[in-house]
Amino acid sequence: MSILLDKETTFIVQGITGREAVNLTRECLDYGSKVVGGVTPGRKGREVHGVPVFDTVAQAVENHGGQIDGSVVTVPPAFTKDAVLEAIENGIKLIVIVTERIPRRDVAQMVELADLRGARIIGPNCLGLIVPEVCKMGGIGGPAKDAAKAYAPGPVGVMSRSGGMTTEISSSLTQAGLGVSTAVSIGGDAIIGSTYAELMPYFEADEQTEAIVIYTEPGGRMEAQLSAWVKENDSRLPIIAFMAGKFMDDEEMKGMSFGHAGTIVEGVEDTATEKIARLEAAGIPVVERIDEIPNAVKQKLEASA
Amino acid sequence: MRFFEHEARQIVEAAGIPVTKYGFCTSAEQARRAAEEIGGPVVIKSQVLSGGRMKAGGVKFADTPEEAAAHAADILELEINGHMPRGVLVDPKAEVKQEYYASVVWDGTAKRPLMLFSDMGGIDIEEVAESHPDHVGRGHVSNLRPIFDFEAKQVVAATGVTGSQLNRATPILAKLARLFRDNDMTLAEINPLAELADGSFVALDAHMEMENEAVGRQKGLLRRRLEIAEDDTRETYEPSDFERHVAAIDAADHRGVIQGKDHGFEGNLGLVIGAGGGSLTLTDAVRSQGGKPANYSEIGGNPSVAKACGLAKEVLEKDGVEKIAVMMSIVSNTRVDIVARGVIKACLELGKDPGETIAIFRIPGAWEDEGFKILERYGVESCDRSVSLWEAAGRAVAKIQGATA
Repeated sequence: MSILLDKETTFIVQGITGREAVNLTRECLDYGSKVVGGVTPGRKGREVHGVPVFDTVAQAVENHGGQIDGSVVTVPPAFTKDAVLEAIENGIKLIVIVTERIPRRDVAQMVELADLRGARIIGPNCLGLIVPEVCKMGGIGGPAKDAAKAYAPGPVGVMSRSGGMTTEISSSLTQAGLGVSTAVSIGGDAIIGSTYAELMPYFEADEQTEAIVIYTEPGGRMEAQLSAWVKENDSRLPIIAFMAGKFMDDEEMKGMSFGHAGTIVEGVEDTATEKIARLEAAGIPVVERIDEIPNAVKQKLEASA
Repeated sequence: MRFFEHEARQIVEAAGIPVTKYGFCTSAEQARRAAEEIGGPVVIKSQVLSGGRMKAGGVKFADTPEEAAAHAADILELEINGHMPRGVLVDPKAEVKQEYYASVVWDGTAKRPLMLFSDMGGIDIEEVAESHPDHVGRGHVSNLRPIFDFEAKQVVAATGVTGSQLNRATPILAKLARLFRDNDMTLAEINPLAELADGSFVALDAHMEMENEAVGRQKGLLRRRLEIAEDDTRETYEPSDFERHVAAIDAADHRGVIQGKDHGFEGNLGLVIGAGGGSLTLTDAVRSQGGKPANYSEIGGNPSVAKACGLAKEVLEKDGVEKIAVMMSIVSNTRVDIVARGVIKACLELGKDPGETIAIFRIPGAWEDEGFKILERYGVESCDRSVSLWEAAGRAVAKIQGATA
């Protein structure tokens, strides 16, 4: 099985006529995903790779003849909030926000409405999620033939604050003969729709998943939240973590952010050093080298077998 | 984006929070007049984006306008932690009965703004939270609903404050929360919030930071009210030539994104790397294996040959750079062959041998076979995804150490 997404999941692409969105739609269709419509205001009546384009989400739902499960939102930052609220108010329950550089207030508003309506947001500033050899939602893994190379089905759930590193890590798990149950690019911003701890219950409930790998960075408190979750819940899943951006703890780098907007360090707890200590205190080993991940997972799986 | 104290004072004032009669001055003569207008003892504060003003001598008290002018003249010439002041703030020396603390910050875990209030103001709030947790009130506000006064009242009351103090502090905290949300702040802090001898409350010092992503939509506040120039970006340090050149190359062509930073880096191994997470991982991997990066960079979103070439050239032309390492995590959008052609072109245009200059090329993914073929022709060592980011970084470090040994 998988989390959040399966081969029956239907979704639309908001902003479907944009250059990146056209590619993303092609990739998702090729990988086996059910893209049932697209929305770009003013472009009703067009098609993108055979997918009908509408002016509103409501039209897409009407055309589909029933509820649509998800939406991939790839519209400019100034219009993202409106697009996401439109999706939520039209009954969509899983929203992947690709757009980056959205102010926190907008993200927080979207998340608050999603909570009220029982919807889940992944991102913003993410590449989406993928269930190997079943379907993908978003640009994650790239074209279908590239995604096939990096993602084989297996027992490891992957969550990453970096879209590219989601694929890099999954590829190493695939090469090591382990494979991936579901990989989620959770987004690189300071406030995101779904944190590690918020996705853990889904992996916990997924029979296929036997271990978790997280990729993390300086900035924010979501590793502290995961550590607390692990302590409070008697999880069956071993977790392996990798921390990038340790160089940002240097005195000369103070006040700077690198890579993603979310790497802005706003307190001592946000530094790489503090996070590593906190994760390890919660029993989550943090590997020093990226290439140690597959073996660390194997050891955990053997220990629990 | 950070604000000077005098700007933060204006923001607070515009939100309807009481402040003292203050003056922002850029000359000693202006300071003298401001002190005259205020009448009575004043405090002169350096307007600089740096902490530790008091310790550095950037805050001084004066009893007469002449003394105020003399202090202002000194402070205007005083550099604090590498920053020259933009001016001085002349403020009445208030007779404070009690100092309070009020702030609003983002709580990323709850995904809501968090109001904080304490009746132990004037000192570091984190210390208070540790030593006197019962003197710190906290409360989240909604992002969707209006912010109601009672929500602020609950936070103030949680610290044990009651009576007229409660009724004076409540609207101030509520207004602070509204200005935080409406103006896309990441920090809105009044410390101290002072209760004066007559029982009134004023914001004696305020600290504001705005989210960079929101600067574009806050023009009304930034340009019209505060008259902050568009190019006044308030970076923590002045951009270097390398950083400005890379930004110019990036802006000249809409295809793909390149970024370069070299503040705090001074090694001999140039890094032409990407994307966000890959760059962080690779910079660590180089350093952990004894390498000395000359810079940090990011490539993403499929840049043109010219852009990749431009970044590589800028890195190669930095002082002390002997070789470059071209490395990325697996790419799906960026094309391997385009980056390969860009970095080879950079070497050739600078009269360098690509095979000698490029310590390693590790970018697996889209169009990799085409890319590796080109690299082979120029004798550049390339590797695919079977070589990890750690190992690729290690090979680059070994090569440059072999070269310098």
